[in-house]
Amino acid sequence: MNYKMIGKIISQIIFIEALFMIPALLICIVDRDWYAVKGFVVTLGIIALVSMLMYSICRHAERGFYAKEGLVCVGVSWCVLSLMGCLPFFLSGEIPNFVDALFETVSGFTTTGASILNDVEAMSRGMLYWRSFSHWIGGMGVLVLLLAVSLKDDKGNGFTMHLLRAESPGPNVGKLVPKMKRTAVILYLLYFALTIADFIFLLIGRMPIFDAVCTAFGTAGTGGFGIKNDSIASYSPYIQNVCTVFMLLFGVNFSCYYLLLLGRIKAVFKDEELRLYVAIVLGSIALITFNVWKMFGSFQEALQQVAFQVASIVTTTGFATTDFDQWPSFSKTIILMLMILGACAGSTGGGLKCGRALLIVKNLRRNLRKLLNPNRIEVVRNNGQKIDETVLNNTNTYLAAYAIIILLSLLIVSLDGLSMESNISAVISCFNNIGPGFDTVGPTCNFAVYGIPSKIILILDMLSGRLEIFPMLVLFSKTTWKHR
Amino acid sequence: MNMKIIIAGDGKVGNTLTRKLSIEGHDLTLIDVKSDVIERSVEQYDVMAIHGNCASMHVLMEAGIKNADMLIAVTGADEINLLCCLTAHNLNRDIHTIARIRNPEYADQIYKMRDAFGLSLTVNPEKMAAVEVERVVKYPGFLKRDSFVKGRVQIVELRVDGDSPLDKLRLYELNNVLHCNVLVCAVQRNGTVEIPDGNFVLYEGDRIFVTGPTNELAALLKGMGIITNKVRRVMICGGGKMSFYLAQQLQRTGIDVEVIEQDKERCVELATALPNATIVNGDATSSDVLDSEGIDDYDAIVTATGLDEMNIIISLYAKKHGVPQVITKVGHMENAHIEESLPIGSVIRPKEFCCNHIVQYVRAVQNKVGAALAIHSIADGQAEAMEFVVDTTTKNTGVQLKDIKMKKQVLVVSISHGNITEFSSGSSCFHVGDKVVVVASGGHVIQQLNDIFE
Repeated sequence: MNYKMIGKIISQIIFIEALFMIPALLICIVDRDWYAVKGFVVTLGIIALVSMLMYSICRHAERGFYAKEGLVCVGVSWCVLSLMGCLPFFLSGEIPNFVDALFETVSGFTTTGASILNDVEAMSRGMLYWRSFSHWIGGMGVLVLLLAVSLKDDKGNGFTMHLLRAESPGPNVGKLVPKMKRTAVILYLLYFALTIADFIFLLIGRMPIFDAVCTAFGTAGTGGFGIKNDSIASYSPYIQNVCTVFMLLFGVNFSCYYLLLLGRIKAVFKDEELRLYVAIVLGSIALITFNVWKMFGSFQEALQQVAFQVASIVTTTGFATTDFDQWPSFSKTIILMLMILGACAGSTGGGLKCGRALLIVKNLRRNLRKLLNPNRIEVVRNNGQKIDETVLNNTNTYLAAYAIIILLSLLIVSLDGLSMESNISAVISCFNNIGPGFDTVGPTCNFAVYGIPSKIILILDMLSGRLEIFPMLVLFSKTTWKHR
Repeated sequence: MNMKIIIAGDGKVGNTLTRKLSIEGHDLTLIDVKSDVIERSVEQYDVMAIHGNCASMHVLMEAGIKNADMLIAVTGADEINLLCCLTAHNLNRDIHTIARIRNPEYADQIYKMRDAFGLSLTVNPEKMAAVEVERVVKYPGFLKRDSFVKGRVQIVELRVDGDSPLDKLRLYELNNVLHCNVLVCAVQRNGTVEIPDGNFVLYEGDRIFVTGPTNELAALLKGMGIITNKVRRVMICGGGKMSFYLAQQLQRTGIDVEVIEQDKERCVELATALPNATIVNGDATSSDVLDSEGIDDYDAIVTATGLDEMNIIISLYAKKHGVPQVITKVGHMENAHIEESLPIGSVIRPKEFCCNHIVQYVRAVQNKVGAALAIHSIADGQAEAMEFVVDTTTKNTGVQLKDIKMKKQVLVVSISHGNITEFSSGSSCFHVGDKVVVVASGGHVIQQLNDIFE
C-alpha cells in the first residue's frame, strides 16, 4: 500500500477544506459571533498543522497507485474530511456533543441532510453557512475537486481514474474528455454554473441573499439542510417551485449536460436512464397527487406540494414543505420506494440510482429467460451498447452489499426502542443520503432521538451510501491492510 | 500545444505509444475491440478509451474524430488500419493519419498507397528492424546503433566486459589509452542512466553509449580488442516477416543467408520469394537441427522466431557455440532489464523502432519550428538522443559550450555545419542552420533545443 501517496492526497484535501472554511469564518467575524470565530480559528490552526505535517512527511511519495489505493484513499479522506469538518461545531460549543457534531457534518458532506438539531435557527450564520456549504463540496466530491484544481498536471498518470471511480456515483464511471484534469474541471464548471443559475432564480423570488446561498448549496448537492426550522415551507410557492425544478435538474447525470453543450441533444433524449428517471418522477407525482389531493385546499396546491416532495425524495435532497408523514400509506410507500431508488448515476444525488436499477432489472429478465432456455445467449444492453459482464456482476454485488448493510444497521439501530417504521426509514434515509424518514424521524422531526451507538452506525451508513459502499467496506477488510 | 490523438489498436505498440505520448501531455483516446485491454490502459494512463471496431464510422465519431488532430492505426491487421485511416480521412479532411502496414506483399506499393489513401505516414516495424539488424551485422561489436544527421553521427552501444581495457577507466583517460577520439554520452549502470563527465569511472557490466566519427569508432573497437571480421554467412532462425526483409537485404549485399523455418508452406513461400537463400524446414529450437546445419560455421545468427523465449534460448546456445555475432529479436518491451543481464548479444525490438518513429512524427507535427528532427531512445528508453536544427529563436548561438548553463544530465554530442561534423568539446559553439545532436536522460522532456538550457 502506498501510504505516502494517500497521505499526500489527504493533506491536500484538508488544506482545500480549510480554504473553504474561510468564508464561514468571515461571516462569523462580520456577525461578531466570537464563539463561532474561536471554533473556526482553532480548527483552521489544527488543519494547517496536520496538513503541513502530513505533507512534509509524504512529500516524496513514490508512484504506484492502484485500485486498492484509490478505494482506501477515498474512504480515508472522507473520514478525515468529516472529522476536521465537525471541529468548528464542536469547538465553538454550538453542538456540544462530539458525536452529534460529527453526525451533522457527515450528514452535510454526504449530502444527506439529516439533522440532530432541534432548533436550527439558534445556530450562528457562519455555522449554518458551513453546514450548507459542506453539501456543495460533498455533492460533486472533494477528490474530483482536488483533481480539478491540482496545479501539477501529473502527466501520463492513470491513477486518478481510481479516485474518480471510487468517488463518483454510478455503476459505470467514465471520463468526458481524455484528460482527467479537464474532465474534473468540466464537471465542476457545470456544477458551478447550475448552482449560480439556481441562486439567481431564488434571488428573483425575493429570497434574502444568505438564505438563497444556503438553499442553493443544499439544492445543488442534493443535500437538504435548511436554515429554518420548517425547511422550505415558509418560503413563497415560487421559491418552492424553483427548488423543485433545480432539485430534479441536479438529479440528472452531469454527462447529459455535457452532451447538451456539445449539441448532441438526440443522444440526451434517447438516454434510457434519463427517460426512466423522468417517467418515475412524473408517475409518482401523478399517483400521489390522486391519493392525497383531498388533504390540500386545491388540486393545484396539492400538485405543487406533491411535486416538491417527490423531487426532494427522488433526488435524495430531503427538503420538506409539508409533513408527508401524515399522508396515506400508499403514498408513503411510494415515497419509501423513491428513497431507495434515488436519482441518476453521475449526478449529485444518492440512492441506488436509476441506471443501476435498470441494469438489475435487465439482468434479472435475461437470467429468467436463461432459466427457461439454458442455451440461450443474450447480452444486456444499455443505450444500445453491450454492458460488460463484470459491470453486471459488480452491480449485483453492490445490491447484495446494500441489502446486507441496511439489514445489519437496522438490527443495531432498533436497540433504541423506537418504532419499526422510524428505524427502517431512518436507516434507508441515511444510507441513501436523503434526510427525513417517517414517524419519529419524519420531515418535521429529527435524529436527536437516537442514542450514540445508533448515531455512529448511521454516520457509517451515510458515508457508505455516498461513496457507494466499497470505499468504506474495504477499510474494514483485513486484506486491505496486509502487506503485499 | 497539446494535440488530440486517437490511437486505434491497443496492443504492444499501442500501449507503448500511449505511454510515450501521454508523458508528452497529449489528449489520447484509445480504441480497441477488447474491453479488458483498454480497461487496463485507462487504469495505467490518463487517457480515454472507446470499445469497438476502429474502422467503423460510429466508433470513430464517438472517439471525437471530428476534432482530432491525428489518428494512429496500429491494430494487428493492415487492412483494418487502412480502412480506419481512410474512414477517418473522410470524416475529417485535416487529420494526420498514420497506419502500420507490415505485410511484405504491400511493401513495394507503400508509397503509392500512401498517396492513394491520403496517409501521412506508414510504418513497417519488421522492415525497420530488418534494416537495423543488417546494420548491426555489418558493423559488428556494437550492441545497438543509432544514426543521425543523415548517417554522419552515430551513437553505438557497447558493454564493458571484465577483461576489457575500459574497466576501471576514468573517461578523460579513455582517448589516450585506446588511441581514439570518441565521446561517451551516456552510461547505463544497474538500470539507471548517467550522463557522465570526465571524472566518471567505468566498471565491468556498464553499458556505454559512444559517439564519434566512423573511423574513430572503429579505432575504439580495435583498442577494445573486438576484432571486426567481415560477415559472410548469416543464419536466421524463424521465417517471419522480419526474416524475409532481412534475408532480402542481406542477399543484395552478397551475404549467404540460411533461414530455418518450422512451417513447410511458409518455407515454400520463402523459397519462392528468395531464390538465392537456403531455406531449411526444421525446428530452430532443437539443437539437433542447429548442429546439423553447422551453427559453428556461421559468422552471425539472428534469432527471429515468434516466441521471445525461444529466441533467447537459441541465442544462448549460439553464444555457447562461439558464434561471433548473435542478434536476438524480442517482441515484448517490458522485460528489458532481464534481457540485458543475459549473454544474448544485441537485442532488437521491432516495436520500439516503430514507436520511436511515430513519436518522432508526432513531435514534428506538434511543433513545426524547433522540433526534434530525429529521436532515438537509448538505454531501454531511459535516455534519448535527439537531433535539432538551430534556428533564429535558439538562444546562446555563437557562445562556447563551456560558457552555456545547461540542465544537468544533458549533453551536446555533436554539431554539424553543412558537411562538417564536429564532436563537441568545451570550445565548440553552434550557429543558425547547424544541426545539433543532444543526449538527455529520461527525466527531461525536451521538445525544443531551447529546453536544454537552464
